Amino acid sequence: MRKLLLLVTVVLVGLVFIARLFYLQVYNSSSYNIFEDTAIRKVYNYPKRGYVYDRNGKLLVANQPSYDVMVIPREVSPLDALELEEFCRLLKITKEEYTKKLNKARNYSPRLPSPFVPQLSKTDYAVLQEKMRKFEGFYIQKRSLRFYQTSIGANVLGDLGEVNRRIIKRQPYYKLGDLIGKQGIELSYEDVLRGVKGIKFIQKDRHNKNIGPYKDGRYDTLPKPGKDITITIDSELQAYGELLMKHKRGGIVALDPQSGEILAMVTGPSYNPNLLVGRERNKNFSRLFRDTINMPTFDRGLQAQYPPGSPFKVINALIGLQEEVVEIDDKFTCRMGYYYGSRRLTGCHHHRSPVDMNEGIAQSCNAYFVNVYRRIVDKYDDAGKGMNIWSEHAKSFGLGNYLNNDLSVGRKGRIPDGDYYDRQYGDNRWGSTYIVSNAIGQGEVEATPIQLANMAAAIGNRGYYYTPHIIKSIEGDTIPKKFKIPHHTTIDKRHFEPVIEGMFDVYNKGTAQSLRVPGIEICGKTGTAENFVKIDSVKTQLTDHSIFVAFAPKDNPKIAIAVFVENGYWGSRFAGRMASLMIEKYIKGHITRTDLEKWILTHSLENEYKKPYSDEPFKINGETTLQVIDEYSMDTDSQLQNLNY
Amino acid sequence: MLRENHRGFKFDWIIIILFLLLVGFGYLNILSASHVGEVTNYFDTTQLYGKQLVFLGLTFVLVILILSFEAKFYERFASIIYLVAILALIGLFIFGKDVNGARSWYGIGSMTIQPSEFAKFATALAVAKYISDLQTNMQTLKDQLRVTAIIFIPALLILLQNDAGSTIVYLAFFFVFYREGLQQIYLIIGLSLIVLAVLGLKFGVLITGGGVAIVLITTYFLRKKKRGSILQYILVLLISVIFSYGVKLFYQHGIKPHQQNRISLWLRLEKDPAKLERMKKSEAYNLIQSEQAISSGGFSGKGFLEGTRTTGKFVPEQETDYIFSTVGEEWGFLGTSFVVLIFVCLIIRILYLAEAQKSQFSRVYGYGVASILFIHFTINIGMVMGLIPTVGIPLPFFSYGGSGLWGFTILLFIFVKLDSNKINEW
Repeated sequence: MRKLLLLVTVVLVGLVFIARLFYLQVYNSSSYNIFEDTAIRKVYNYPKRGYVYDRNGKLLVANQPSYDVMVIPREVSPLDALELEEFCRLLKITKEEYTKKLNKARNYSPRLPSPFVPQLSKTDYAVLQEKMRKFEGFYIQKRSLRFYQTSIGANVLGDLGEVNRRIIKRQPYYKLGDLIGKQGIELSYEDVLRGVKGIKFIQKDRHNKNIGPYKDGRYDTLPKPGKDITITIDSELQAYGELLMKHKRGGIVALDPQSGEILAMVTGPSYNPNLLVGRERNKNFSRLFRDTINMPTFDRGLQAQYPPGSPFKVINALIGLQEEVVEIDDKFTCRMGYYYGSRRLTGCHHHRSPVDMNEGIAQSCNAYFVNVYRRIVDKYDDAGKGMNIWSEHAKSFGLGNYLNNDLSVGRKGRIPDGDYYDRQYGDNRWGSTYIVSNAIGQGEVEATPIQLANMAAAIGNRGYYYTPHIIKSIEGDTIPKKFKIPHHTTIDKRHFEPVIEGMFDVYNKGTAQSLRVPGIEICGKTGTAENFVKIDSVKTQLTDHSIFVAFAPKDNPKIAIAVFVENGYWGSRFAGRMASLMIEKYIKGHITRTDLEKWILTHSLENEYKKPYSDEPFKINGETTLQVIDEYSMDTDSQLQNLNY
Repeated sequence: MLRENHRGFKFDWIIIILFLLLVGFGYLNILSASHVGEVTNYFDTTQLYGKQLVFLGLTFVLVILILSFEAKFYERFASIIYLVAILALIGLFIFGKDVNGARSWYGIGSMTIQPSEFAKFATALAVAKYISDLQTNMQTLKDQLRVTAIIFIPALLILLQNDAGSTIVYLAFFFVFYREGLQQIYLIIGLSLIVLAVLGLKFGVLITGGGVAIVLITTYFLRKKKRGSILQYILVLLISVIFSYGVKLFYQHGIKPHQQNRISLWLRLEKDPAKLERMKKSEAYNLIQSEQAISSGGFSGKGFLEGTRTTGKFVPEQETDYIFSTVGEEWGFLGTSFVVLIFVCLIIRILYLAEAQKSQFSRVYGYGVASILFIHFTINIGMVMGLIPTVGIPLPFFSYGGSGLWGFTILLFIFVKLDSNKINEW
């Protein structure tokens, strides 16, 4: 027994040690990561972020230098009262803020750098830089901020913001305090624009002094500058669209049908992109983001799903022809609406009756399209099958699903099919009469303005479209191949001509007669969509949305456009006017119908938007008068100049 | 039988190989812990790694010297060697040199010598000599007191020189005494006192007393036959309470503040966050740094000369007492468990050989060697990993320093010599 005591103790101690070592070195130790090694200082060298040019080579976004004061809390030595006062004065913060910021940084990590005071001005930086050595644990990190050369296109260009911890966890490339694209092309082309940071590893000693490069700089890298990009936006057209959209809510999307390039992408209301740069960004962003009434950060051109209204009738006409359930000469009677037995399923406005396809489109006759639509759905004994075929055709125009493009936001829209109604009503417990609203673009059908613009492009191209996209070229690189491949619709090319004639006649003799542009053959379609909101849980109707979809010229179209103006009442009233102005601006480069332009710039819908929030009863549509504002003391050119596009 | 056939080399080759592994690996880690920039000259004696190389060279001379003496020499001269060592320790009070507050060094020119490192083997020799005397009986109180005095004298002298760490090493001889016949009751009492001291500090005297009472009551009712009188139990309880209270008083007033803080850190007694924060920069700093260095090594380590914390000299005293943190960072779990394994093997080998000795002197000495190495190994590595409170003693054959290296080498090789001689004994 006596012989065993020391032997047993030695073995026990050995086992305890190995267990403890296993715990320290294997169980509790993550694999070695130089970025977490506090003995190695990491010095980042930020590359130039790529510039952004518009399709005509105009510089839209450049960079400006910015200086962040960073802190590594563990290395901060306590400041005496005098030093503290000086430091706070230099940084323009109070002592309470100093303590608060330091604690916040320490809570994140005592070892890793956190931004202490971000984005100093140049003068503050110059003063601070000389005294920085006195304050241990703090250093200045140079970065570059965006410098917008324009005040337009906030929704297109997007902005940069500090990375949050969720992003850092997912993408370790980013460190706290780094900037990343948050919206727009800054987000969708982040990888291209950002470049790659350079890094230097420096061995420290325990007094936190640098004692030389880590492993002779073997792992150090140089920064790779970000690539410049050219976007498809025509900044002049974009600026003009934003000007037209003033005092209105809605979206305009203009495309080049022959390439799918987005020429303009307007949302209203918008804001100046310079608001989201630098120290003021967070404050301004939350102000914009929390404005749930105007929703300036909500891109109505991409994200707003509206019932498309009458422009959708064109699709029904095309499907009817493709399915051979209607001939162009077939005429349908309209008795101020469509009657099923004695029940009126939809109303209609006053026009000649009966109408054939051309006139049905030009006059936007509801009864005509309900007839066509019912024939499509009822082509087979099973309404579900008819509905599925209808849905497939409609979806081939890029509706009802994501466009799969290079924009940071988007919506699917909705094109219902047979299953959809089976779920709504029960299997086969519905028929074409239940769902006639789809015939005229109301009911369950929904689309975003960009989808409608793309639809117009597909019609203008007589049966195909390119995915709408915003990238035109990348410095030293090619744009994704998917934007070069045409998508064909399920409608035969020959069926398009009569329908396009109908859209042409919308201008010649139909609902947009007053909007003709001399010298340009425009094909379009007006739309008016009823809409409702809940006010104190009562479903209340608001003034109709004004919709217009068009392409021009009629042959080999150069522009396809969708305009959506919330509560603008009827199609040609706001949207139609704006669409024709945009088309003229793009094709001719100048406006010949200044009276029309003046009308748009001096009429506001702001009173209209206040109604649901007024707590008072209000009238809609024809019973209201339009608000006129006097902002035309300045001519359009100067107003455009002010936009600094 | 085999050994007799190998007349050419009669020394225990297992010990020698383990020794070579330790000093060799130790040197590599000292090189790593002490180099600055690129190493151009390994023999640069202005650098610690250069000096250590010189020490190592002299160590081999020393080994040959020790092995060339007659084995009987050590037994015969044990008392004299002990006396010389004691004189050397006393001499420090007059001729000694203060380093870091401890008066433990003689300065000879640019060299320093630490006699306490040599006092260990001298004491081991003296203890072996006394116990192996035919008239000594470790069961008697008289001999127990005398042999305690042999270790108490150098321990006290070292304590007075302000080197508390080296004093604790002398507790190692308890294992020797126990092996040679010290009554079991001492072991039980010793262990009980350690448990009482720790519990008393951690949970307070009241709770500890309550715990002891519960244990005593349970024992009383379990022992149906030989219960003894209740008075005995009350006496044990009383002594326990008085002892743990005494420990508490000693902890609060009897030791230096930095020692107090080390214990408080170990038992996690300090709850005040502000004070803890301050401790992190003083008493706990070394420990935090060394634990970080060790765990940053991971399974296979960062590689020889590649440790970032070692290169940045993050762990103070990383070439001496904290050398194990360098092993941990650069060689990882593989390296650290290798070192632990070698020490365990070495100690077990010594114990095995000690038990096989024919002369009691050799056996007791071997036990002394094993015990001293064991205490150093346990305290040093335990401290570097935060398992026991900080006590500044070196890791044998690893830590930088000539006195230490030579002290341990002499300690070990006297035993190797004694062992080689056992076939000649009757």
